[in-house]
Amino acid sequence: MSQTTLVEEKYHVPHAAPWSIIGIIGLFTLVFGGALWLDNFWMGKIVLAAGAAVVLVMMFGWFGTVIKESEHGLNNAQVDRSYRWGMSFFIFSEVMFFAAFFGTLFYAHQFSLPWLGGTGSGAKFPTHAMLWSGFSAGWPSNGPAQLGGHFQVMDAVGIAAINTVILLSSSVTVTIAHWGLKENKRLQVILGLLATVVLGFSFVALQAHEYMDAYLNLNLTLHTGIYGTTFFMLTGFHGLHVTIGAIMLTVILIRVLKGHFTADHHFGFEAVSWYWHFVDVVWLCLYVFVYWI
Amino acid sequence: MSISKLERTIAAVAGLGLALASGAASADSAFNLPQGVTPISHWVYGLHMHTFWICVGIAVVVFGIMLISIIFHRKSRGAVAANFHENIYIEMAWTIVPAIILIIMAVPAVNVLVKMEDYSKPDMSIKVTGYQWLWKYDYVNNGISYYSKLAEDSNRARMMGSRLSPFDVKHYIRDVDHPLVVPTGKKIRLMITSGDVIHSWWVPDFGAKTDAIPGYINQMWIKVEKPGTYRGQCAELCGRGHAFMPIVVVAKTPADFRKWVKAHGGHLPNKPQAGGATINRGRQPAPNATQPPPQTTPPGEKPQTNPPAHSGSAS
Amino acid sequence: MNAHTVAAAHDDHVHHGPAKGWMRWITTTNHKDIGTLYLVFSGVMFVIGGLFALGIRAELFEPGMQIVDPYFFNELTTMHGLVMIFGVIMPAFVGLANWMLPIMVGAPDMALPRLNNFSFWIMPFAFILLLSTFFMPGGAPAMGWTNYAPQSLQTGMAFPFLVFSIHLMGISSVAGAINVIATILNMRAPTMKLMKMPMFVWSWLITAFLLIAVMPVLAGAVTMLLMDKYFGTSFFFAGGGGDPVLYQHVFWFFGHPEVYIMILPAFGIISEIIPTFARKPLFGYASMVYALASIAFLSFIVWAHHMFTVGMPLSAEIFFMFSTMLIAVPTGIKIFNWLATMWRGSMTFETPMLFALAFIVLFTIGGFSGVMLAIVPADFQYQDTYFVVAHFHYVLVTGSAFAIIGAIYYWLPKWTGHMYNEFWGKTHFWISVISVNVLYFPMHFLGLAGMPRRTADYAVQFTSMNQIVTVGAFVFGLSQLIFLGVIIACVRGGKKATDEVWEGANGLEWTLPSPAPYHSFETAPEVD
Ligand code: HEA
Ligand code: HEA
Ligand code: CUA
Ligand SMILES: [Cu+2]
Repeated sequence: MSQTTLVEEKYHVPHAAPWSIIGIIGLFTLVFGGALWLDNFWMGKIVLAAGAAVVLVMMFGWFGTVIKESEHGLNNAQVDRSYRWGMSFFIFSEVMFFAAFFGTLFYAHQFSLPWLGGTGSGAKFPTHAMLWSGFSAGWPSNGPAQLGGHFQVMDAVGIAAINTVILLSSSVTVTIAHWGLKENKRLQVILGLLATVVLGFSFVALQAHEYMDAYLNLNLTLHTGIYGTTFFMLTGFHGLHVTIGAIMLTVILIRVLKGHFTADHHFGFEAVSWYWHFVDVVWLCLYVFVYWI
Repeated sequence: MSISKLERTIAAVAGLGLALASGAASADSAFNLPQGVTPISHWVYGLHMHTFWICVGIAVVVFGIMLISIIFHRKSRGAVAANFHENIYIEMAWTIVPAIILIIMAVPAVNVLVKMEDYSKPDMSIKVTGYQWLWKYDYVNNGISYYSKLAEDSNRARMMGSRLSPFDVKHYIRDVDHPLVVPTGKKIRLMITSGDVIHSWWVPDFGAKTDAIPGYINQMWIKVEKPGTYRGQCAELCGRGHAFMPIVVVAKTPADFRKWVKAHGGHLPNKPQAGGATINRGRQPAPNATQPPPQTTPPGEKPQTNPPAHSGSAS
Repeated sequence: MNAHTVAAAHDDHVHHGPAKGWMRWITTTNHKDIGTLYLVFSGVMFVIGGLFALGIRAELFEPGMQIVDPYFFNELTTMHGLVMIFGVIMPAFVGLANWMLPIMVGAPDMALPRLNNFSFWIMPFAFILLLSTFFMPGGAPAMGWTNYAPQSLQTGMAFPFLVFSIHLMGISSVAGAINVIATILNMRAPTMKLMKMPMFVWSWLITAFLLIAVMPVLAGAVTMLLMDKYFGTSFFFAGGGGDPVLYQHVFWFFGHPEVYIMILPAFGIISEIIPTFARKPLFGYASMVYALASIAFLSFIVWAHHMFTVGMPLSAEIFFMFSTMLIAVPTGIKIFNWLATMWRGSMTFETPMLFALAFIVLFTIGGFSGVMLAIVPADFQYQDTYFVVAHFHYVLVTGSAFAIIGAIYYWLPKWTGHMYNEFWGKTHFWISVISVNVLYFPMHFLGLAGMPRRTADYAVQFTSMNQIVTVGAFVFGLSQLIFLGVIIACVRGGKKATDEVWEGANGLEWTLPSPAPYHSFETAPEVD
């Protein structure tokens, strides 16, 4: 109970949260539409789009409110800390989401393919001889049923290598921008962020190109057995995260241009840059486990 | 001595006499695992009782202490609260003692497990395939292959509004048209798989169940000691008919079994077969998971002869 | 005294209480309002899930199919499991956390109040999505709450609705858990050190961590199902190199920590109730905290004990057997600490204490059957029988649910400002505790004697035991009406509760007036 170390703090308790219910209704409409769509109802897509629109409106509204409050100085150090805890654990939850998919990749490598291919052991040993005797497993594989037919593997030194460089350098540029912000060098912030945004979107563009290549030239699709499955699901979810991250970076850039952040009060900036580093780390794992091994 | 005795007493005390009556009706206890008729089932039964009694012992101690303090340390008796809230020695004790008890439970379990997972040197192999909702048996060394599904009288009685009482049906939903026939005293390897979704092959008297997984083989071995009829059923939710895919195994003496094989057009290999390499592949399972196969009733109506389409000679 | 102001700065016009009208409940950011909403939601879901259970029990009263189609029976089982787990136990604990955490750590409110509103209001929508599947062509999901592939891929139109409702529940849980962590770590009264926090707070800190770690994995698992069904991937298809068992691994990596998510807060509650009514401080506080943490850690490495029969390598079976059994050690520490807390105390037996004592006995019985299930060779016999059903109802109903009921009796006077009726509380307890054993104890015998779970029909030798179970189910279900009555009466009025409520009570919540004011601690209290 050392009273000396403590500053008097005011805690902001917002009173009503209208955006939240709007967002939930939007989210509900969105998934409802998505489900209908998957069930082949024609109105599914429309419902989905309507839901997405509501969610977008909510995001503008909600984040707008928070930004306004932040600019009015309602968010003191304690609120700032709450946001930090929140963001870190949110990123942790994302890590676990990716972990599930990396886990499947690992399982296919280490367990399912060896059993199917006759090099596994234990109770499932006869699987190969009894059911799939013609099949010899190795990675990459589209399984004993040769799902999707003959295919080629995605090259690790082509676009993927370029993308690695892009993403790594974007992590550097966003850090440069952060340094600029801390030292009040506005130009450095703007240029750093701009470079990051450009790099981010080029990554997405190159990946789109890579997917086209896979589908058109390599016969590598979602249907290409476990290899196609893990390749597209892992890179796809990662690509989605890069896209979201790049959009968020753009928003941050606009806020910087509006003169929003200060040297010691810029949680919004930091949150997005954490997110960006996280996306970067996931890519490194992807590059090693999906493209190389 | 036996657990069912103890439980019968408990049940009687609790006024659950009804349950007793039905327990007497079948040979097996209505309260406990069957002792079974294979080495595995005996081992498992032993493990089960071993663990059970240890738990009972701990329960007596834990609940006893609790009861003492509930009786004596109550305010209405004028008990005054003490104020201790730590004692490193006793805390160490109740960490270490349970750990030791757990080891006493785990060691025999590992022994049994290692023996159960020894699939080597079977005297014969049978491939078991689950379908929605019936089983298929391939005698890979004898060239016999057939389907086995719910007996017709049970099937009629189970229908809603059938007005047939299950009590009038012999072995209601535990009876099949063509049971699996095995010889006694032989180590039989079951290679279990599925043609559609996951099922599980389970006869309680054999002491274990094994999941039937589409596209994969799982092994299990049995060595039936006594001739007789043993009943079980599918033990993994597999859709609408899950409750209605029973398993019946008839164990015959080796001599009778030979007769049965001959009578059903199978042949008898002289040597026990060792590996699992050159085995007939039977019907290819694992249709595309996203498009389950039509739930046909395969042509298993008059099997027990040797449907050439489904099997062939292996050795 | 030298208290530091953590005053709640808010809009001027609402200083003293909630807004008026029904919109209050929809836009509220107040932790007590949201806590109440969660608890009410969970109560409604309990009736729904309970009615499903009564449907199951009614069909199983006799062999043969009398009331429902076997497929509909599977729908009932599935929805019963999903509703009870995601709709009853979890929201109830989150509701208790909302109500009590800010009070117990001396904060004005939760750390992220708007997110809090968001977390709650997703839940009703997620369940509308889920329950609406009953009315769809092809029916509701019917492959158990575990949704094993490839069986689950045979679901009809309901399938994407199931998947998306699970996604929504996941978002809600993760957001709620983030809020809990931020509140505990950031909103504590400055003098409350970590090792001074009440056990309920500790248990929730660890639970929230588990939630954030595993809910995304569940989201991943159901996403894979969705991809396999609609987009031609082959996660769970052997022909493409996948494996149906892979789904089980991913699911249970979530599923096992999930069951501890449903018991750790219960441990916290019991650790609050026992010292109060024993009038003696909790024995072994530090070891309680370490035990919680080790249970949480171990819960990540035991998942495959649900899958012993799928044919894993021997080494894996042995590893998962050992790690599973090891959980008995920290759990035992908790049990023994509670015993030592009661030992030489000065006990009284009000309703919350009765539920806590029943918890200790009956949860331990459920734990013992858990240890038996962990013995791999024996599990080959028990797996997928009513023995497992008995196990998890003992830990979930007489464990988690009893702890929740006890907690409600314990804190109700603080919430409403009135004492509940002790006579009816005790009546509720005795009827419940007897009927719940009539309901679940015979399930052990059924399972051992060979009755598989998730079956709509059974062989005739199981008849009498099933009838006992069904009778127990209806009595237990009906006795919950008493509970409902007690709560309503207590909200309406009754003897005025004192601030301290219970003679032996300790902790910040008992320093606030009863009922607790709309904003809990406007200035941070002192803790010593
Ligand atoms: C609240 C939820 C909860 C809790 C706390 C537990 C606790 C435990 N569970 Fe349970 N379990 C479930 C919910 C829970 N379980 C559910 C829902 C399922 C089924 C899922 C499904 O398939 O649908 C399940 C299934 C399940 C299985 C799979 C069964 C099967 O399908 O074949 C297994 C196997 O190992 C298991 C084991 C255990 C163990 C070892 C514990 C331990 O944590 C118990 C530890 C406690 C004690 C042991 C008692 C107190 C200790 C002492 C007094 C100390 C001394 C004791 C000894 C030395 C033994 N559980
Ligand atoms: C915490 C979770 C929880 C709770 C509280 C319960 C509560 C109950 N459960 Fe269970 N149950 C599960 C979790 C839970 N369950 C899970 C996870 C499964 C596995 C699902 C699967 O296999 O996938 C399962 C499965 C399961 C089965 C096996 C089904 C099968 O394998 O096919 C059975 C069978 O008897 C059953 C019964 C019951 C009963 C009778 C209750 C009773 O305690 C319910 C009592 C409550 C009420 C009845 C409602 C309250 C009533 C009122 C407010 C008054 C109004 C009432 C009347 C008019 C009577 N449950
Ligand atoms: Cu086949 Cu259940
Ligand atoms: Cu578990």
